[in-house]
Amino acid sequence: MSEHRSAAEERSSRQPMRAETEGRESPTGAREAPVAARVVATTGRRDQIKAAAFKSLLLLSLAVGLVTLGVLVVDTVVTGWPRLNLDLLTRFPSGRPAIAGAQSAIMGTIWVVGLCGLFTIPVGVGAAIYLEEYANPQRWYNRLIEVNIQNLAAVPAIIYGILGLGLLVRGIGLGQVVLAASLTLSLLVLPIVIIASRQAIRSVPNSIRLGSLALGATQWQTIRRQVLPAAVPGIATGSILAMSRAIGEAAPLLLLGGLTFVTFNPKGLDSPFTVLPIQIFNWISRPQDEFRVLAAAAIVVLLVILLVMNSAAILIRSRFQRKW
Amino acid sequence: MTLTVEPVQPSLGQRRLGNAKPRYGERVIVAVLALCALLSVVTTAGILVALFIPSFEFFQDISFREFFTGTEWSPLFQRARFGVLPLVTATLTTTACALAVCVPFGVGAAIYLSEYAGRRTRGFLKPALEVLAGIPTVVYGFFAFTFVTPLLQDIWFLPGDPPQVFNGLSAGLVMGIMILPTIATLSEDAMSAVPQSLRAGAFAMGSTKLQVSTRVVVPGALSGIVAAFVLGISRAVGETMIVLVAAGKTANFSINPTEAMQTMTAFIADASFGDRPTGSIGYKTLFAVGALLFVATFVMNLLSIRLVRRFREVYE
Repeated sequence: MSEHRSAAEERSSRQPMRAETEGRESPTGAREAPVAARVVATTGRRDQIKAAAFKSLLLLSLAVGLVTLGVLVVDTVVTGWPRLNLDLLTRFPSGRPAIAGAQSAIMGTIWVVGLCGLFTIPVGVGAAIYLEEYANPQRWYNRLIEVNIQNLAAVPAIIYGILGLGLLVRGIGLGQVVLAASLTLSLLVLPIVIIASRQAIRSVPNSIRLGSLALGATQWQTIRRQVLPAAVPGIATGSILAMSRAIGEAAPLLLLGGLTFVTFNPKGLDSPFTVLPIQIFNWISRPQDEFRVLAAAAIVVLLVILLVMNSAAILIRSRFQRKW
Repeated sequence: MTLTVEPVQPSLGQRRLGNAKPRYGERVIVAVLALCALLSVVTTAGILVALFIPSFEFFQDISFREFFTGTEWSPLFQRARFGVLPLVTATLTTTACALAVCVPFGVGAAIYLSEYAGRRTRGFLKPALEVLAGIPTVVYGFFAFTFVTPLLQDIWFLPGDPPQVFNGLSAGLVMGIMILPTIATLSEDAMSAVPQSLRAGAFAMGSTKLQVSTRVVVPGALSGIVAAFVLGISRAVGETMIVLVAAGKTANFSINPTEAMQTMTAFIADASFGDRPTGSIGYKTLFAVGALLFVATFVMNLLSIRLVRRFREVYE
């Protein structure tokens, strides 16, 4: 009984609908799209072409950067391949390209950047703790420090070289030595460490601090035992990235005498120095093609060092960073 | 974040809450930390002192007029000329070449990352693009000098002579690639800060994705995008190694990018090579050009910081 009825209803409801669509189609002779479809699909053929063109322009923009990156790396490796061997790492610079290597530059980089890290990381983290945990952001002097750090992060590197030359090398008479170079680089990357550490400290939830204070810890105990341990992965990542910036920096060290012909490894803070990027610059600016090959090989070494450091930074971030 | 302990009324309990004993150690720690933060201000002061005292001495020997309007620059030669304009035109030319690359492609990449790319695609593309920002500038200089310049010389089809061995064009173009990730990342941040409701509203009115991107998102993020441009210009003006390697050492009062030219930064680096005694005019010239560079980039950085702050305030 009920089956019959439903079948009848179905038939009766289907019948007029078909009539309606037929009726609409017949007078004009052309098929019209259903109302709903017409509202959604506003795009005509021209719009679709425009959208596709726009999207391909955007993809092209991305490709420009990525393709250049690929070409740069491949070109450098291919150019430097003949000299990519252990001799590059064990020999010292020489006027004869056949026997030249980059050992003093590599050791110089380790000295300068190592010291730079030793200076920068404690000071940078300290400044970040002050700004995040203690400073009252309403006070003008704290706001001044903040704007100042943002601005310092964007000051051209060579200006730091002038600072190092004018005040450290000539002003207090350090001379063109490892210590002056690492202090200068330290000032250069300090804003990066501060900004990264501040972000890491800020991402530690406030409830942790309040809980610690409620249990009777002093503010410093709270920072030392709760906030800092939780912020270490972020601080480490930022510091490694800052150090990799320091490794690649050449311009300020040119002003500090890094271009001198150094055929020995640094022995202490007061040794003359050269670093890898400056050794590369030196080899590029020589006329012989053999030196270009050497420069390309040294660039590959530099890029590999940076790749390792950046991978370490990314690894630390993804492995140890806690999501609150 | 600041934590302040509210003073508790003594009447509430027998004993006043608070520190049982004065924590002098904690005060020392705060002072040391504040000193660390203060170091940044000292750095700025140091930069100002290092730049402006020798510059002041420089301008006692050389008139402002000669420095800012002269078109000949040969401070280290016998017949010394101190017109800084050739360095300025060179800086502007290379910067313009860089902007021609990084502005359209940077914003294009930002629109794609912010509006079109899915989460996984973005998670892969954004770090890949940022690798470009991590490559040392001397490497870009090498690339410009040994790859881009010969390439441009081979395929040159525009009127005029093909680029010289040293030229502002290849240095500028490669500089543009270097700055591209900066522009893309900052612009994308600004675009992501445009509220979703604006996009939804535009879609509800029947806009296509193209229209939403170009007429809603980009105008909404404009101040952030402009801030990215300004920072990009500042980076291009201050960049040293690329122009030093690829653009040459000839001070050249010209805006033809195919010629060799010396920018302000390249002059500073070049002038420091020889051993110049502290009081000499050559030594002071280096600081005068440095001061000009610092003032130019400083103004742009402040402008950029202002603009970034403005777009943050609007939507949050």
